[in-house]
Amino acid sequence: MSILRLPSLRRSALSLALMAAATSVHASDVEVLHWWTSGGEARAANVLKELLEAEGYGWEDFAVAGGGGETAMTVLKSRAMSGNPPSAAQIKGPEIQEWGELGLLGDLDEVAEQEGWNDLLPEVIADIMRHDGQYVAVPANVHRVNWLWANPEVLETAGVEMPTTLDELFSAGEAIREAGFVPLAHGGQDWQDATVFESVVLGSQGVDFYRQSLVELDPDALGSEQMVDALETFKRLRELMDEGMPGRDWNIATNMVIEGDAGFQLMGDWAKGEFTAAGLTAGEDYLCAAAPGSEDAFSFNVDSLAMFRVSDDDERSAQQALARLVLEPTFQEAFNLAKGSIPARPDLDMSAFDSCAEQSLADFKRTAEEGGLVPSMSHGMAVRADVQGAIFDVVTNYFNDASMSAEQAAERLVSAAQAASF
Amino acid sequence: MSDTTSPVFRRPTASGWLQAWLPRLVLAPSVAIILFFVYGFMLWTFVLSLTSSRMLPSYDFVGFGQYARLMANDRWWVASTNLMIFGALFVLICLVLGAVLAILLDQKIRQEGALRTIYLYPMALSFIVTGVVWKWLLNPQLGIQAMVRSWGFESFRFDWIVDPNMAIYTLVIAAVWQASGFVMALFLAGLRGIDDSIIKAAQLDGASLARIYWRVVMPCLRPVVFSAVMILSHIAIKSFDLVVALTGGGPGYATDLPATFMYTHAFNRAQIGLGSASAMLMLGGVLAILIPYLYSELRSRKHG
Repeated sequence: MSILRLPSLRRSALSLALMAAATSVHASDVEVLHWWTSGGEARAANVLKELLEAEGYGWEDFAVAGGGGETAMTVLKSRAMSGNPPSAAQIKGPEIQEWGELGLLGDLDEVAEQEGWNDLLPEVIADIMRHDGQYVAVPANVHRVNWLWANPEVLETAGVEMPTTLDELFSAGEAIREAGFVPLAHGGQDWQDATVFESVVLGSQGVDFYRQSLVELDPDALGSEQMVDALETFKRLRELMDEGMPGRDWNIATNMVIEGDAGFQLMGDWAKGEFTAAGLTAGEDYLCAAAPGSEDAFSFNVDSLAMFRVSDDDERSAQQALARLVLEPTFQEAFNLAKGSIPARPDLDMSAFDSCAEQSLADFKRTAEEGGLVPSMSHGMAVRADVQGAIFDVVTNYFNDASMSAEQAAERLVSAAQAASF
Repeated sequence: MSDTTSPVFRRPTASGWLQAWLPRLVLAPSVAIILFFVYGFMLWTFVLSLTSSRMLPSYDFVGFGQYARLMANDRWWVASTNLMIFGALFVLICLVLGAVLAILLDQKIRQEGALRTIYLYPMALSFIVTGVVWKWLLNPQLGIQAMVRSWGFESFRFDWIVDPNMAIYTLVIAAVWQASGFVMALFLAGLRGIDDSIIKAAQLDGASLARIYWRVVMPCLRPVVFSAVMILSHIAIKSFDLVVALTGGGPGYATDLPATFMYTHAFNRAQIGLGSASAMLMLGGVLAILIPYLYSELRSRKHG
């Protein structure tokens, strides 16, 4: 009912906005809700603001702190419920579809056509940005989730190389333990467990199986022998972790690698922000490689700005300008250098980026062609939030409960994928 | 009384009218606000729990479907069982510890004020602080286990916080540490309220000290026990911040409580319907404790 009521409320909010617009000099502000609040991110957001202002539009900042964006989403929901959503908001993955289904998003087809987004963006990512065939959101960056980070000094002391298969990871881990270090730094939080699980599924069972099971939620794949095998490998990784991990934040785990207490960490490339902040250089002071066994896969986590429907023409043109600027090289470079990710458009000059980002981009292009580019389940790119939550529950419970067998966990994954939908 | 003696006062004067209506007028806004924001929203939550609401509230009614889903949800049962364990142990241990501390402090010892403050101070901390401090103390690589091992007891183990079967008891430890001083203060006030002459009389009759406490003092403290149980059970049911700070619900979701379950599902996982259903069941739990309390309070007032 409240959703049915929205249009009328929106009209009244709009008339208020029009009245305000009539008296204000900035006839066309865009209000942007985001959670890019950490130092580097905030600076990058500021670049966007300056670009927008240079074109004569106003930027009304609506930053809501909180890393995972949960607080920001709560604020966004209450704004949308009251019929007064911001003009643009940081919304990602399948959530874009949910907002689209509510009929709240405006289309960006005009600017997409002018700028040739269809050629610029890989198909998998463009799909996520579209609702009902129309562009409703613009991607800001591409994070890769299936990374393995390592401390070269620890590896050298233990006499091991960067592993390329999961078996190598296990044997390298043993050597590192004997040398007196923690082999694999990890934080026992559900999303981190799921991040590692995702990399293990990709590394041990390949891209096609990952897509069937964790993206398409095929019950046969979720309950298969292959899944049982992946789950067993996943639990074996526990042997490489230390017992202080429950509840540890991911950046503390990254810090264990930086300080040389731990050898490896399986984490997305936002971890690079920590290495950079510690003054380390990629390829020398720390190493990066695709998670063992998954070099032909690229599980992506894309931040995007979705545009809410507005009917005022000035506001609309401001939105279109914002969407265009987000994909322009200036912002893409500034923003992605700060985030540790790579640009959402693969055609940029990468000279300012480090070797890990260069490898990420090369893999991104390659996997986009070969079909190894897949949305990340653990970061809300593949499935709806309720399904994702149900999968998290199974994965984290299995990982922590010594008495649960892999077969039981696979069965529960099947029912999690079904029970979550209503 | 004035009504019957002087009919003059019956005539409605402005000041009389004001006197009669002023309290109601002053109270009206707060009553209206509470009715709307507390009871209104309770009702709204109930309505939402009957719908299929996901990311935003919708009014597509599905009957008690969300409650059925809740009953089929493993994690809800873990959360409910945890609440039983946590609630029962927390209330019981707090009561026993609080009573023992109060009795010991009541022995006319020196520096009682200072000691009382020491025990009462944890209550002044927020559960977040308690949670973080205990998280460090209980961490096997930082806290108590590491310390005892560094003393040379290499085989010492105290890793409950990382053991899914034991982690719920770490919540009990932290919560008891925080709240038992408060229960002690309640008991101490109760003990001070007991007439000395009753105890003297019992002593004259030759009752032993233990017998005096058990048969004379404790029955006098029954109302204190009752209030303490009420307050502690509320703290237990509403526990949220302690879990978030101490264990984050982990390992896995081994220390989830209904409050954290509700928050996660309603706000992080876009399942407002399911979250509302769990909130209604929590309300049911609170009412199950509150109604007998109100009932006995009202009944005793009638008798008194």
